[in-house]
Amino acid sequence: MTETLLVYAIIPFIKIAVIVLILSGAIAYLTLFERKLVAHIQVRLGPMRVGWHGLLQPIADGLKFILKEDIIPSKADALVFTIAPAISLIPAFVVFSVVPFGPPEMFEGLLRWSLGWFFDSATVESVAQNTLASGGFITDINIAVLFVLSVSSVGILGIILGGWASNSKYPLLGALRSSAQMVSYEVALGFSIIGVLLVAGSLSLVEIVQNQEKAHLWYVFVQPVAFALFFICGMAETNRLPFDLPEAETELVGGFHTEYSGFRFSLYFLAEYANMITISAVAVTLFWGGWLRPFPNVSWLAFLGLIPPVLWFLIKVFLFLYIFIWVRGTLPRFRFDQLMRYGWKVFLPVALGNVIVSAGVLLAFL
Amino acid sequence: MLGSYIPILIFIVVAIMLPVVGLAVGRLLRPSRPHGTKLMPYECGVDPEGDARERFSVRFYIIAILFVIFDVETIFLFPWAIIYDRLALFGFIEMTVFLGILIVGYFYVWKKGALEWV
Repeated sequence: MTETLLVYAIIPFIKIAVIVLILSGAIAYLTLFERKLVAHIQVRLGPMRVGWHGLLQPIADGLKFILKEDIIPSKADALVFTIAPAISLIPAFVVFSVVPFGPPEMFEGLLRWSLGWFFDSATVESVAQNTLASGGFITDINIAVLFVLSVSSVGILGIILGGWASNSKYPLLGALRSSAQMVSYEVALGFSIIGVLLVAGSLSLVEIVQNQEKAHLWYVFVQPVAFALFFICGMAETNRLPFDLPEAETELVGGFHTEYSGFRFSLYFLAEYANMITISAVAVTLFWGGWLRPFPNVSWLAFLGLIPPVLWFLIKVFLFLYIFIWVRGTLPRFRFDQLMRYGWKVFLPVALGNVIVSAGVLLAFL
Repeated sequence: MLGSYIPILIFIVVAIMLPVVGLAVGRLLRPSRPHGTKLMPYECGVDPEGDARERFSVRFYIIAILFVIFDVETIFLFPWAIIYDRLALFGFIEMTVFLGILIVGYFYVWKKGALEWV
């Protein structure tokens, strides 16, 4: 009984609490990192006043968001207007329940040590052996890739509902654009993942990483086209520049969140950055070997193993976030017709071709 | 097997608590002074003209339909990709035919101009 409770409720809850805290902190400091980086790209300094080099800026922003008046426009649909930002934030977090950040035996030692204080050795042993408790992930399900795709597309609903409920012209235009854009790029995104699945032969994200270890190869080297598509479409899915048409300031004021203020606005903001982290983490898991260190089978590089797997995972995710912001600082925004043309006439055929060619080439190796 | 979904449920509950707690705490702290002009929908400072929810371009509708077709198509590809190593040549030919039908439809849509955005 205690064992079941530990494995299925208490230990997952502790992991979830820690991850949610880390994720919230990471999102807060990602905003500062973005402002700093973009500022330096544009030869400015960025936030400098709050704390040393603006290090306390995210905390000041957070406090201000909570203290600001929360305006619900008179013509808006109050209920939908209230829950829409939450609908867009919650899925961005929930996706993390299946993304592995460490190997399946990551917490085994820690569990043995900490549980040894409270329980008899038989319970400790069986809990520590269970990968659901000791693994470097919250849970490992056999349809993880489908779960990621389906849950992350729920986030789009938050944007559409928010724009619709505002009952104002700019938010509605932003919401329409974002639905068309996300829907178009999701097709190419789905096709690009098929390429990895062909090679990996599993839908579980943990198994995909383990298969990369067994194959002695990160899948980006067998599926470079799929990775490029995944990354570009991921950028479009998260509404990041150069694909940030839904909130194009110069034409739509603030896009779908024009009418939002205070804490509700900050929820949309958090959701966007959480989605950035999610897309980066999924890209790292599918294509860049997740928690694996570079060249896991080259013996003279064994000193790289001194850095724990979870740090390798974080380093890779951080690199992707850097690229996200770098792209924002470098590329101008697309026009809407260009955006739709790239989505349907370039990325979709390339993704389809990639699936067929990969399947054909794979056939020669079977 | 189903047990591994319990942590996801816990995570969903925790994730729901985040905005709920934030909004509840904020309600105690923030001012609330509604005012007619403040609550007006934003339209560059002018009084809003008519209702926002009017008819919009039919192209959005077409894109939505195309999305449904193509997205269902990808879902069919997922199980095929997973067991591709066992299906081998049979699977390849089957899927080429399946995708072939899709590609014919794709070119039809392209020629009809449904992908043009003017």
